[in-house]
Amino acid sequence: MTGDFTQSLLEQVQEAIGYKSPLVIEGGGSKKFYGYPQPDVLKRLYTSDHQGVIDYSPDELVIHVRAGTPLSEVRKLLADSGQMLAFEPPDFAGNATIGGVIASGLSGARRPFSGALRDFVLGTTVITGSAEVLTFGGQVMKNVAGYDVSRLIAGSLGTLGVILDVSLKVLPLPELEVTLTIPVSRGGFQVLLQSMRQSVPVSAAAHEGDHLRVRLSGSEISVTAAVKELGGEEIDNSYWDQVNNLERFGEIEQLWRISVVPGSDILLEEAALVDWGGSLRWLVQPGFSPRERLKKNGHATLMKYKAASLAPGLDIFQPLVEPVAGIHQRLKKQFDPAGIFNPGRMYRDL
Amino acid sequence: MDKHAFIHRLRAICGENIIADEPQLKVYETDGLTAKRRAPWLVVLPSSVKEVQQVVKLCFDAEVPLVARGAGTGLSGGALPHADGVLLILAKLKRILSVDTENRLATVEPGVTNLAISEAVKDRGLYYAPDPSSQVACSIGGNVAENSGGVHCLKYGLTVHNVRRLKIISPTGDLYEVGSHAFDSAGYDLLALLHGSEGMFGIVVEITVALLPIPESVSVVTAGFAAVEDAASAVTDIISAGIIPAGLEMMDKLAIEAAEAYVKAGYPTGAEALLLCELDGIEMELETQLRSLMDILKENGATSIDSATVPEERERLWRGRKAAFPAIGRIAPDYYCMDGTIPRRHLSLVLNRIAALSEEFSLPVANVFHAGDGNLHPLILYDANEADELRRAEEFGARILECCIEAGGTITGEHGVGIEKIDQMCIQFSETELSLFHGVKAAFDEKSILNPGKAVPSLHRCVEFGAQHVHQGKTKFPELDLF
Repeated sequence: MTGDFTQSLLEQVQEAIGYKSPLVIEGGGSKKFYGYPQPDVLKRLYTSDHQGVIDYSPDELVIHVRAGTPLSEVRKLLADSGQMLAFEPPDFAGNATIGGVIASGLSGARRPFSGALRDFVLGTTVITGSAEVLTFGGQVMKNVAGYDVSRLIAGSLGTLGVILDVSLKVLPLPELEVTLTIPVSRGGFQVLLQSMRQSVPVSAAAHEGDHLRVRLSGSEISVTAAVKELGGEEIDNSYWDQVNNLERFGEIEQLWRISVVPGSDILLEEAALVDWGGSLRWLVQPGFSPRERLKKNGHATLMKYKAASLAPGLDIFQPLVEPVAGIHQRLKKQFDPAGIFNPGRMYRDL
Repeated sequence: MDKHAFIHRLRAICGENIIADEPQLKVYETDGLTAKRRAPWLVVLPSSVKEVQQVVKLCFDAEVPLVARGAGTGLSGGALPHADGVLLILAKLKRILSVDTENRLATVEPGVTNLAISEAVKDRGLYYAPDPSSQVACSIGGNVAENSGGVHCLKYGLTVHNVRRLKIISPTGDLYEVGSHAFDSAGYDLLALLHGSEGMFGIVVEITVALLPIPESVSVVTAGFAAVEDAASAVTDIISAGIIPAGLEMMDKLAIEAAEAYVKAGYPTGAEALLLCELDGIEMELETQLRSLMDILKENGATSIDSATVPEERERLWRGRKAAFPAIGRIAPDYYCMDGTIPRRHLSLVLNRIAALSEEFSLPVANVFHAGDGNLHPLILYDANEADELRRAEEFGARILECCIEAGGTITGEHGVGIEKIDQMCIQFSETELSLFHGVKAAFDEKSILNPGKAVPSLHRCVEFGAQHVHQGKTKFPELDLF
């Protein structure tokens, strides 16, 4: 049975507060690999029954859904009205829920061209660690009443509260999408990309091996014209699902996600794949610490790893420095005073 | 706090850039919300980040409230001074520190005006997208504090969507960074949280904004309609057709007539509503969109259509919209600008309610509307010299905001809560939600040194507000002991 399970979720949170027993929040379980491992002994709070579309009016460009709603269902519903989630979230094993999508905050290949996940979050309802059901933001595009808690929740990996529902801005699907592969060196692809972006509707750009993969999205006329102009070879658009779902790397011990300014030289040649027009670099078992190379020029996340490869004390997410680390601690205390939600999943002390 | 001793210590930091004389302090008693006035205890105009840091530390140690202000153009009283506090004006920090063409970034100080950024990068074929109508004067630091919008938000977003990194001074005087030049950063999204926080969390001293390439092609179309409903239905059809206009604006009869009388933009003065639609992008994309736009306008009964692609002509069509506020200022001694957002489908309903309220309060109202994103700016016309008119205008405004909440919207789309809408926060948010906001504030500013009393009402204030304002037949806080 699925539907509104607010009451049941709330009761489980109240119980956990009472017993001071931590809860691991789980939707579709498609991103269990992300963050620090959650011990099996900890109690699970399953959100996947709490599903359903609360409101969707295509001409308002807004969808309001419960957290347990499968991403695939939302995508299909939107596509039926010619719309999409423009931040192109990964679906991994195919059973991701909207709640998990928001909590992980991961954006796909369209990010540099259309915006990040948090840019499309308009409002959210959460259960806090004080067992209160609170609503922030709303269903409108512009809203500056109260602090922007809904965007803070996005990407907080369930450490601040249980997401009950979320309102997202949606955008029209392009009339036509074509992906081209064009031979160009790692060092030269960004210059090529810069030269095309003014007059060609680019919606994704990655470099892998010795080819630029570029997706064009727009009206039939402009995409067709761009394909003619750019040359190269056409490949299936599903390439981007593989990129978003981390399926281009095969069996690996460690996969590092490096986020830098697009034009940076750092780890450019070493990366197995460079996405986001140059800004996102994927390193496969580098055999060295990417953070030492990065210094203060970006951040590195150990995105996927085999448990055996995880050296004790290795930080999965880029360590925070003061006073930012202290602000994190104090925010966590405000939202989750008993520290019951996903403890240690994002940072060991959060 | 001994004022003379404090001034002495401030002088050691900022030299002569301190204002302490009564008549001069009066100059700073208000921001863009001129109905609220309060002279500050002291005004300080630091000329470097280091000076800001030292002033903040001094205020923290002495527990002197601190209100940051940029150009003072804010419309919600967010920079209204504190009578016992320092007004920290950041206008002297106005350097453009660097422009990175390759990565399309500009790093600037908070006192740089919004328009100055676009002017500075124009030659490189770039611009900064958010464009609040005060962009000639308003500063980017203030834009961050209020999460300012403008007329291009539907496609390009608000300030929060266009800023990549901030340098901030904490209330204790520590300098730190949030965000990065990359597309994301580790940890919680403090960058998003800081936008629109109205100077309650820290003092922004450096901003890295994302720049966009100037679009290859731009078209502006205006259309007159015999009924507001027709214009609203055209807006719905435009969005349904998969078109995301760069700008989509609506004006009602009173606003059209005032604007036309003022700037002669060629608007149809007999029309009940005017739509202004700007499309931008790749030339080939635009041709297709423009054709379907024209069809939609005609199908919805547009009584007149005007269009322009060359810059001077586009500027003419925009002129009336951009001059709408001063144009209203010409036909009434004073006007009060509201800023609610509603789901677009309730537009006719809300406009009818506003018309009814206009009769109830015997005050005319003109409506200017960011139709694409549902952000409504009713302008209430009044005369501050007439007894009771300001009070009536404020009450009328408050009722409009409540109407926006009832329609599923919000009390502020882009102007901020400041001091102006603080009572309406008690209606939009529950006691527990407001408590959490106070908790979030405390996570940044435990001693509540920064801009105290703004943005989020105290629960006590809500109780008092609730006592004179019974909402939907019940008080808002029945659980609190009123005595």
